[in-house]
Amino acid sequence: MVDTFELDRRTFDLLVERAWSDFPYEVCGLLGVRPDGTLDHYPIDNAERSMTYYVMDAKQLLHAMREIEDADHGMAIYHSHTHTAAFPSATDVRLAAYPEATYLIVSLQDRDAPEIRAFSIVDGEVTEKPLVVRDEQLA
Amino acid sequence: MPVVRIPTVLRRHTDGEAKLSVTGGTVREVFDELVAAHPGLEDQLFEDGDLRGFVNVFVEDEDIRFISGLDTPVEPDDEVAIMPAVAGGAVS
Repeated sequence: MVDTFELDRRTFDLLVERAWSDFPYEVCGLLGVRPDGTLDHYPIDNAERSMTYYVMDAKQLLHAMREIEDADHGMAIYHSHTHTAAFPSATDVRLAAYPEATYLIVSLQDRDAPEIRAFSIVDGEVTEKPLVVRDEQLA
Repeated sequence: MPVVRIPTVLRRHTDGEAKLSVTGGTVREVFDELVAAHPGLEDQLFEDGDLRGFVNVFVEDEDIRFISGLDTPVEPDDEVAIMPAVAGGAVS
């Protein structure tokens, strides 16, 4: 069975908008995934404020993760690539420490056609999860 | 008793336990106790006797790096959170 990741159109647009918001710096954050598929957005500061690197602000990360974990929701971890493709870099893979999470990469490489792709990264192995963008939101 | 929150990635070393109760009065004592009970954690948490760079440790809401590191006191009702950093980047 192919494991897909569902993103509603509003969240897709929100992540792209956020990726532009600090351009050319990388942005990052978490999504909590509720059992019905609706998503909670936790924007988190990039403590490095870099064009090529991100480190999530640790205290903001703690608060967001605690909330997601205590609610027993799924977790997605996103960051932007402002000049490269929506695929995990060697650094992304080496530092990926959350095998249970879906890693989302928002790429602005094609300025006119921003792209988001989803992956799981387990023990250094990257598996793409087909991204399904839902146009209608769940109630 | 203080409780330690174990991230998913380390639960393979704690028989799947997400939260462990401990008795130590400092982070060092707490971690010594964790490692004694779950030896697989040692390499995950420490490198040459120091906490690994990409492992964040919080006592309640405070990052121990900004308090007293491994000597940071742990009160009986505190929660200690072990949280691998979330980091990466576009350049390899």
